[in-house]
Amino acid sequence: MGAPRRPGTFADPPRGSGPAWGGPALGPAAAPGAPLAPARSLRGYARWRWWELALFAALPLSWLLLPSQALLLNEIAIVALFAISLDLVLGYAGVVSLGHAAFFGFGAYTAALFAKNVMPDPIVGLVVAIAASALLGLVSSVLILRGSDLTRLMVTLGVASILYELANKLDWLTGGADGLQGVVMGPITIPFTALKGFDFDLTGRTAYAYTLVVLALFLFVSRRLVHSPFGVSLQALRDNRLRAASIGLSVLLRLVAVYTFAGAVAGAAGALLAQTTGFASLDVFDFHRSAEVLLVLVIGGTGYLYGGIFGAIVFKLLHDLIAAWTPQYWNFWLGLFLVVLVLVGRERFVRPWTWFSLGGKR
Amino acid sequence: MLTLLFDGIAYGMLLFILAVGLAVTLGLMNFINLAHGAFAMAGGYITVLLMNRAGMPFLACLPIAFVGTALLGALLERTLYRPMYARPHLDQVLFSIGLVFMAVTAVDYVVGSMQQNIHLPDWLQGRLPIEAVGIGKYRLFIVVVCALLTIALQWVLSRTRFGSRLRASVDDPRVAGGLGLDVNRIFLLTFAVGSGLAGLGGALGAEVLGLDPTFPLKFMIYFLIVVSVGGTTTITGPLLAALLLGIADVAGKYYVPKLGAFIVYTLMVAILLWRPQGLFARASAR
Repeated sequence: MGAPRRPGTFADPPRGSGPAWGGPALGPAAAPGAPLAPARSLRGYARWRWWELALFAALPLSWLLLPSQALLLNEIAIVALFAISLDLVLGYAGVVSLGHAAFFGFGAYTAALFAKNVMPDPIVGLVVAIAASALLGLVSSVLILRGSDLTRLMVTLGVASILYELANKLDWLTGGADGLQGVVMGPITIPFTALKGFDFDLTGRTAYAYTLVVLALFLFVSRRLVHSPFGVSLQALRDNRLRAASIGLSVLLRLVAVYTFAGAVAGAAGALLAQTTGFASLDVFDFHRSAEVLLVLVIGGTGYLYGGIFGAIVFKLLHDLIAAWTPQYWNFWLGLFLVVLVLVGRERFVRPWTWFSLGGKR
Repeated sequence: MLTLLFDGIAYGMLLFILAVGLAVTLGLMNFINLAHGAFAMAGGYITVLLMNRAGMPFLACLPIAFVGTALLGALLERTLYRPMYARPHLDQVLFSIGLVFMAVTAVDYVVGSMQQNIHLPDWLQGRLPIEAVGIGKYRLFIVVVCALLTIALQWVLSRTRFGSRLRASVDDPRVAGGLGLDVNRIFLLTFAVGSGLAGLGGALGAEVLGLDPTFPLKFMIYFLIVVSVGGTTTITGPLLAALLLGIADVAGKYYVPKLGAFIVYTLMVAILLWRPQGLFARASAR
């Protein structure tokens, strides 16, 4: 595309992949304009903050304290993991994706097919699904290296659509439009220990515990990843690809790496969904899912990894609330919410006290 | 075989009329408008409702669909879209997805979710009595109308004062503004005409493409393919891309129905991998 920008955006430095969007990208240590103390800038930025620890502690607490809500919490945790994956791509590497459901769905179908046709062990299935989606991420990352935002949007959307069509048409394998039914999961056996025999039950407590462990694991790994020199260099190339390349970062390799990893995380989320519900349908590849996860991430905020979790909680609760009131037209309110969110600006939206501060201009 | 080709051309012309507004929005304002299909749907529903409820003739409905959608587009441009131009692409995408969701549900609520049918006048039904090449009269009508529109568009863009202003604004809005052109008004007018064309396309295509509330979502990717493959710098690029897409889609669905839309998507990804700026983009797009 590369059409000229409109007046007012003239002062933007040339960016490879679009401007850095909102969200507290660098944490409080890097307020724009404030001179950085070098020792604080990187080391302090990777330090564990109290609310991060609190969040990690809250995960098992939610399992203990809310046993009756396990099914809903399980859904939230899966969406959160999915959104974390998108955050790695969008918030850290600055790649706009409209087809992130491709990895989610691929993981879901892989896990379901593996359980149905090979063996019902969930953990082996999860590992296989993660590996498969990572491979998909690796292959499709070639597609997002070139071109403008529009090209990337189209290519990601196209990959998701291709997989959707494949899942739809290969009905001897995937069950087509009816979805993949008859997936029976075996009990969870924790490797290298004598612990075994945790069945997935109707209350969803086992499922939620399983999802939580995977979520915490990936959250921890992602946190290490984004605070490593690699993660910092990702942000450098997000903010200005040209400059990142000029100081000797190999931009393309980094994009491939992060896209592959994000594919693996999204695949894990999809596999968790398929395993805990015992079902995979075309819905996992649907455009709605890609759009929803974008919304979840934008509600929670991009570029600090936890946005996915907060966004997922808000989104799912909102969904339950509105869907109970008007189930058929829930999408309207979702759309309205999106429009208002963007028009007002996310930064402002989550800070109600600023709504009336600029003299009448809401 | 020739029938297929002709159907593909008709389909492609229709897609071009539907998507040309999007090409201009993207090229001119650098605005990713996923809600373009919603305008097409509006045009389609205006026609359907006028014909079925008010009993107006088909031909009279077409201009109304154009004008109505153009007014809607102008209104939305002035109130909602304009603040979005300078925003990052992510915001634009979210914003327009939100509009699509709202449009889909609103139409579902007001009209209902069933497929809408148009009763074409008698003189547009049936096929031309030419041996070997079965040409549907309505398809021919579509091709003729769309070809006329394309020629008119090309003429406006290349020969009129408005066209040269528009091209100046495309090339560099700041300099165009500095030369005293009212860039905002040009944007507004262009957006309105683009939406109107989409509405007209929706009205013409209601019979061919099918019209139900999920129309904007179903065809969003097609419009985007036309624009991204064709490039946004010329009007012939999207035209050729639309024709290519139309023929590929019709032929693909006829010869290998098992694969469905798979061919089109794969083709699109392959082309974008090969030429990320589109098939017909100028080399120095940036």
